[in-house]
Amino acid sequence: MLQPTNAETAPKPVAVRLTGVSKHFGGVRALDDVSLEVLGGEIHALLGENGAGKSTILKILNGVHAPTAGTIEVNGAVLAEHTPDAAKRAGIGMIFQEMSLVPTLSVAQNIFLNNEVKDSLGFIDDSTAARRSHDLFATLGVDIDPLALVSDLSAGQRQLTEIVKAISRNVKILILDEPTTALSGGEVEKLFTFLRRLKSEGVAIIYVSHRMDEITRIADRATILRDGRHVITAPLSALTLDKIIEYIVGRRSRGFSDVARTSATRGAPLLEVKGLSGPRKPINIDLTIYAGEVVGIAGLLGSGRSALARVLFGIDPKISGEIRVKGAVVDIANPRDAIAHGLALVPEDRLRQGLVLEHSVEENSSISILERLSNWVFVSKSRAQAAADRQIEALRIKTSSRDAAVRTLSGGNQQKVVIAKWLNADPDVFILDEPTGGVDIGSKAEIIALVRDLAARGKAILVISSELSELLTAADRIIVMVDGRIASETPRDTFDDPSPNDDAGARLQYAERQLSTILQKAHAHV
Amino acid sequence: MSNATLTAARTPSIFANWRQYIPYLGFVLIFVFFSATLFNKGFLDPNNQLNILRQTAMISIMTVGMTYVLAAGEIDLSIGMVAGLASLVVAVAMDWYGPFVGVIAGLAIGCIVGLINGVLTTRVGIPSFLTTLAMMGIARGTAMWMTQTKSVPILDDGYIWVFGGGNLGPLPVLVLWTVAIAVLGHVVLRRTTFGRRVLATGGSETAARYSGVDTRAIKMRVLIVSSVLAAVAGMLYAGRLHSGRFQLGEGDELSVIAAAVLGGTSLFGGTGTVVGSIVGSLMIGVINNGLLLMGLEYSQQLIARGAIIIVAVAISQSRK
Repeated sequence: MLQPTNAETAPKPVAVRLTGVSKHFGGVRALDDVSLEVLGGEIHALLGENGAGKSTILKILNGVHAPTAGTIEVNGAVLAEHTPDAAKRAGIGMIFQEMSLVPTLSVAQNIFLNNEVKDSLGFIDDSTAARRSHDLFATLGVDIDPLALVSDLSAGQRQLTEIVKAISRNVKILILDEPTTALSGGEVEKLFTFLRRLKSEGVAIIYVSHRMDEITRIADRATILRDGRHVITAPLSALTLDKIIEYIVGRRSRGFSDVARTSATRGAPLLEVKGLSGPRKPINIDLTIYAGEVVGIAGLLGSGRSALARVLFGIDPKISGEIRVKGAVVDIANPRDAIAHGLALVPEDRLRQGLVLEHSVEENSSISILERLSNWVFVSKSRAQAAADRQIEALRIKTSSRDAAVRTLSGGNQQKVVIAKWLNADPDVFILDEPTGGVDIGSKAEIIALVRDLAARGKAILVISSELSELLTAADRIIVMVDGRIASETPRDTFDDPSPNDDAGARLQYAERQLSTILQKAHAHV
Repeated sequence: MSNATLTAARTPSIFANWRQYIPYLGFVLIFVFFSATLFNKGFLDPNNQLNILRQTAMISIMTVGMTYVLAAGEIDLSIGMVAGLASLVVAVAMDWYGPFVGVIAGLAIGCIVGLINGVLTTRVGIPSFLTTLAMMGIARGTAMWMTQTKSVPILDDGYIWVFGGGNLGPLPVLVLWTVAIAVLGHVVLRRTTFGRRVLATGGSETAARYSGVDTRAIKMRVLIVSSVLAAVAGMLYAGRLHSGRFQLGEGDELSVIAAAVLGGTSLFGGTGTVVGSIVGSLMIGVINNGLLLMGLEYSQQLIARGAIIIVAVAISQSRK
């Protein structure tokens, strides 16, 4: 791009202005006095960790949540009501991942869904709709056949269709939340070209992504949030990558480095896996975890990390290989067997796999141990309550009561309920799949500390995580998985900086660079 | 600080829960309405009240089973036809081998149908909506075929007394059946490991499975429970009318589902109470009785009943 993107001097109108916006959920402060301006004709990146408040801002803009305090102006007019409908009327459109397209209808039918082109007799005029879609695509430089069925489109084409649909309804403020997750490299390029074109038409684009390389390429300005507060808004040209990361994570030492990783003495092997293969992944896994040890698995999405967890826990069938728990060969055909042999799984997707959202904290935390809480077939209410209360206190779960539906809890506290479920069952081997996904930084550190605590109590623990700093804080050994196989296995100590350094945060950053180099090398070999 | 957040968070939860009392409130409102408008037509007459209980007994009993099925996230459309089939099986078996074998045969047919529904739903993977829809036709066809659509009289006085005709003091035996099954159903759903697992399965099948619940076995069992209770209802119909007929129980599945939903059981699984379902069933019984006493024609009754159910369900199901 030759055109300089200096937003300070360019006379661009303010499309959205948030002034002093706060949002509280019960006792939790998701947003705290955030002010922010997004200009028409700019791509504005919204950055921050999970739980920093990005999604809350998006939901407020989108009318899903009403702010507790503060005002929102769109094109100079203050939004009087906060409903999805009002947001739509104000010209705010949010693009979901393929969510609003009907796969069995054509592209043109989807674009004009609920806004159909009619002929003079009041019948739907599909051919005019197709022509208009074609024109829209032509002006926006998109190459998609308006008559194709959406189910035949690639993920990228669906994404573009989704955006064109929003634009056809006069969306002036476009919100994109992780728009490239499902896209291939070439498709990302097409999306970016398209977004630049929209920008030149004066559309304000709010872009949320975890991928820093994309942000630096596409965004004009960025706003960084941390713990629900506004940290900085600046043109991308004034921010280096290091600076951005520093603003996003804050002082690392407040988070993970506080967690003591005492190298516990290794006990007997609790979990031994030999030549384990699943339906597609994992492939031929050898792995031993000793009592008191935390083994971390790093790897990209689709590397077979979660598949390994599923096979170990009997959710996916085991194709070949042997699993031993406490030295004895075990046959695990389903989660019940796994639990009976002393395994526990904190699954990847806690909302779907970990919790019954409409049920209470007590019900969720006791479902794994109903037998133990029962006299014959009757569940003892008092014992179930006592078990729930014990974990609420031990894990400091923030909930209005043990009878509150887990739906009402924050992400971190929901995850603690999943963990509570298994703590009650007192297994020997814990498998934690992304235990801190979607959890605020405070709870993250608590969960990692809990993992270390479990190890100190002689449990064997397998932690799967995409966050390297988290793995490095929690694990004694780190395994890198690529394409279903173990690519490398390294003791945690080898990542340490040989030169003495007193700054815990800097030490962790050094180790992170080491691990990320190993990860990149592992992928380069494939 | 922590106390403040505790009370702050608790206040909305009372508001969030007020809807769970709607079924009871609705029942009281409808009852009071008919009491006021029909007081001179004998609505409150003890005989009329007992009559309502007698008429709703079969629906109530089947609603207990339906509560389990719905709470587990499934549905059972075959119950009405199973009741009719069971009434005939009982009558025929009794004719040949006496009442004891008759009762066993009636329960057995419920078990068999439930087992088939369960296997098709959980092992073959056909949604229970389709499985039980097909079973509806199969059960009815079998019942019609068995006796070439003729009804089979039941002459055994003992059977007739126990299954529907008798009175224990002032109370019809039917009412005792309803109370016994409702209490049993309530206790099992609320207080046992099985009940908890049923609710967890319906609330989120994946989460339940990941927690070690054998969700297929749970679904199998609720479908069997539902079919067996439908067979019991069919046996009560047979006792009450002194005969087995394939038409008995016809269309009951709709009343039963409506009763369960009126009682606050979710069609999507995860929530449900037996007490609520019984109240829902009584509500339908009171409405039927009240409309009859008002002197509406059958056609008008159908319309009024449909409208009342829609309003009641709309109120109890609307969220947020």
